[in-house]
Amino acid sequence: MRRMLEKSLGGLAVALAIVTGASAAEAPEPLSRDWPQQGVFGTFDRHAVQRGFQVFSEVCAGCHGVKYLAFRNLEALGYDEAEIAAIAAQYTVMDGPDEYGDMFERPAVASDRKPVPFANERQARAANGGALPPDLSLITKARAGGEDYLYSLLVGYEEPPAGVELPPGMNYNAYFPGHQIAMAQPLYDDMVEYQDGTVPTISQMAADVTQFLAWVAEPKMEERKQTGIMVMLFLLILAIIFYAYKRRIWADIH
Amino acid sequence: MSTETAKPVFKNGIARWIDDRLPLLSWAQAEFVDYPAPKNLNYWWNFGSLAGIVLVLQILTGLFLTMHYTPHTAMAFDSVEHIMRDVNYGWLLRYAHANGASMFFIVVYIHMFRGLYYGSYKAPRELLWMLGVVILLLMMATAFMGYVLPWGQMSFWGAKVITNLFSAVPIFGETIVTWLWGGFTVDNPTLNRFFALHYLLPFAIFAVVFLHILALHQFGSNNPVGIDITKKDKIPFHPYYTIKDAFGLCVFFLVYAAFVFFAPNVLGHADNYIPANPLVTPPHIVPEWYFLPFYAILRAITFDIFWIIPAKLGGVIAMFGSIAVLFFLPWLDTSRVRSARFRPIYKWLFWVFLLDCVILGYVGASPPEGWLPTIGLLATIYYFAHFLIILPLLGKLERPLPLPDSINKPVLPSSGAASAQPAE
Repeated sequence: MRRMLEKSLGGLAVALAIVTGASAAEAPEPLSRDWPQQGVFGTFDRHAVQRGFQVFSEVCAGCHGVKYLAFRNLEALGYDEAEIAAIAAQYTVMDGPDEYGDMFERPAVASDRKPVPFANERQARAANGGALPPDLSLITKARAGGEDYLYSLLVGYEEPPAGVELPPGMNYNAYFPGHQIAMAQPLYDDMVEYQDGTVPTISQMAADVTQFLAWVAEPKMEERKQTGIMVMLFLLILAIIFYAYKRRIWADIH
Repeated sequence: MSTETAKPVFKNGIARWIDDRLPLLSWAQAEFVDYPAPKNLNYWWNFGSLAGIVLVLQILTGLFLTMHYTPHTAMAFDSVEHIMRDVNYGWLLRYAHANGASMFFIVVYIHMFRGLYYGSYKAPRELLWMLGVVILLLMMATAFMGYVLPWGQMSFWGAKVITNLFSAVPIFGETIVTWLWGGFTVDNPTLNRFFALHYLLPFAIFAVVFLHILALHQFGSNNPVGIDITKKDKIPFHPYYTIKDAFGLCVFFLVYAAFVFFAPNVLGHADNYIPANPLVTPPHIVPEWYFLPFYAILRAITFDIFWIIPAKLGGVIAMFGSIAVLFFLPWLDTSRVRSARFRPIYKWLFWVFLLDCVILGYVGASPPEGWLPTIGLLATIYYFAHFLIILPLLGKLERPLPLPDSINKPVLPSSGAASAQPAE
């Protein structure tokens, strides 16, 4: 349904753009992929999202946070309590004040949120040549094009075309608006070692981490769609009953 | 109010006892059960009661959202995500409320265009129509302030652009804007007052809806034929229209639920999932879809008018004027015939006007490049010409078709017996 709506709305926009000759050159059209979480019956691919979590933790998390993600949320991906406790214990969080009024560090537990890489914006910019790596908790909802855009961006690093001069510290990306992006190419083949034997190509890792971030952005999506299907069925049956009843009541008027 | 029905006697002793002292039940009985409605109303007449139901739903979902939302610039965005992630069925409350606003406008716009087509604003229903325009204005203020509350990028910049419009007021402009903001920019005091007003205004809408119904029941509903009808052509609201409205409500909910459960963000803007940042302006600041035609009218005036009115003030006057003109519609339309069915020219001009509004919406959504500003200006001119030139003249020039004596008798002899078939 969502795809249908988006496609029809998108089609309408394209048609209107062609009719009116409006320029759409500024934002390149992202690559279009079929995502398992799309569509009325779409669900997250647990294996892909788990692999994506690994890519995120090993590659992205050095600069990007997902500040709304708590370790307890990982339960939805199929991790059990012990696994979640083990994952959380790899991180240290600040707690306190203790009975003497001092703050102290302790290993994270399931109820903690995943620590973010930088304390504040200034620190993040200082460590990244002046650029700010955005928090990625909502990234698939916060960019036009959603998952397609994020995936395209991750696989879209190229040599700049002849004649394009990049300022120092900038990189060329085919899908970033304006093509100049501060983030250096993050993914390279065989960068991570997947435990399920999947070959970690750039495209595979990009797709996996995109699915992980789509889950972080919309963790209640499966619950929402399942509820929606029941609601639609209920309303459809109720509408039919009401329509039949309406015909009967109005029979003497017609 | 309507006195066509006798005061009901309730079987239940307690109900009778209360009703003797406080005639609330017999009032409700007269207005919502026995209310005599024309028997030929088509499905376009469903949208009034739909709008009332959506209003109640918005108030209810809003109430429960309020229990989890924090109106502070540092916490608003996080509290919305808290609702989406940690509150039981918070995602449902928020998506139902956000999409409910869109549904409210769809329903009300259809309700208004139905009124335009069938001439429901004409005597003696002028005040009924004008109260409806008041409701529209209140809805716009409420929706605008509600969109600010999540404190995303579009929230912040939308608030900035719209409040800045008041700076176009001569002499006092800047003072008014500072007063509206509660400071020297859109900041925490602005968010706080918008939250307070966003909570208050729906109850004001509710009160005006009550007046709207009071005015409606004075003369009863208009009907697709548009003629005054006799008592024998009316049927009690219950069970005929309660069951018809219940069916319509189910169909409406199917559409509403499709958005809430399967495309909850399609009608929103991606930028509002980025926390508000006063230092970064989004490339295109666009309002919600239901404001786009008015936004296009605002942006259409890019030149000074008569060297006296600066372009910005001109745009603001045009935008507010586009709604103000609706108040005068009952007198601008000089035709005595209500329904477009019997107005051969108006019937077409209605659709042209609807198309004009859609074009304005498209122009409002697009960056002002190429031919679009010109199209926007022409569409704006046509919008006002429709009300200020076409409608007054058309009433004099157009030759309406002969009106039937009653909704039961068609004007032209039909093949076979004249049946009591309600039209449509």
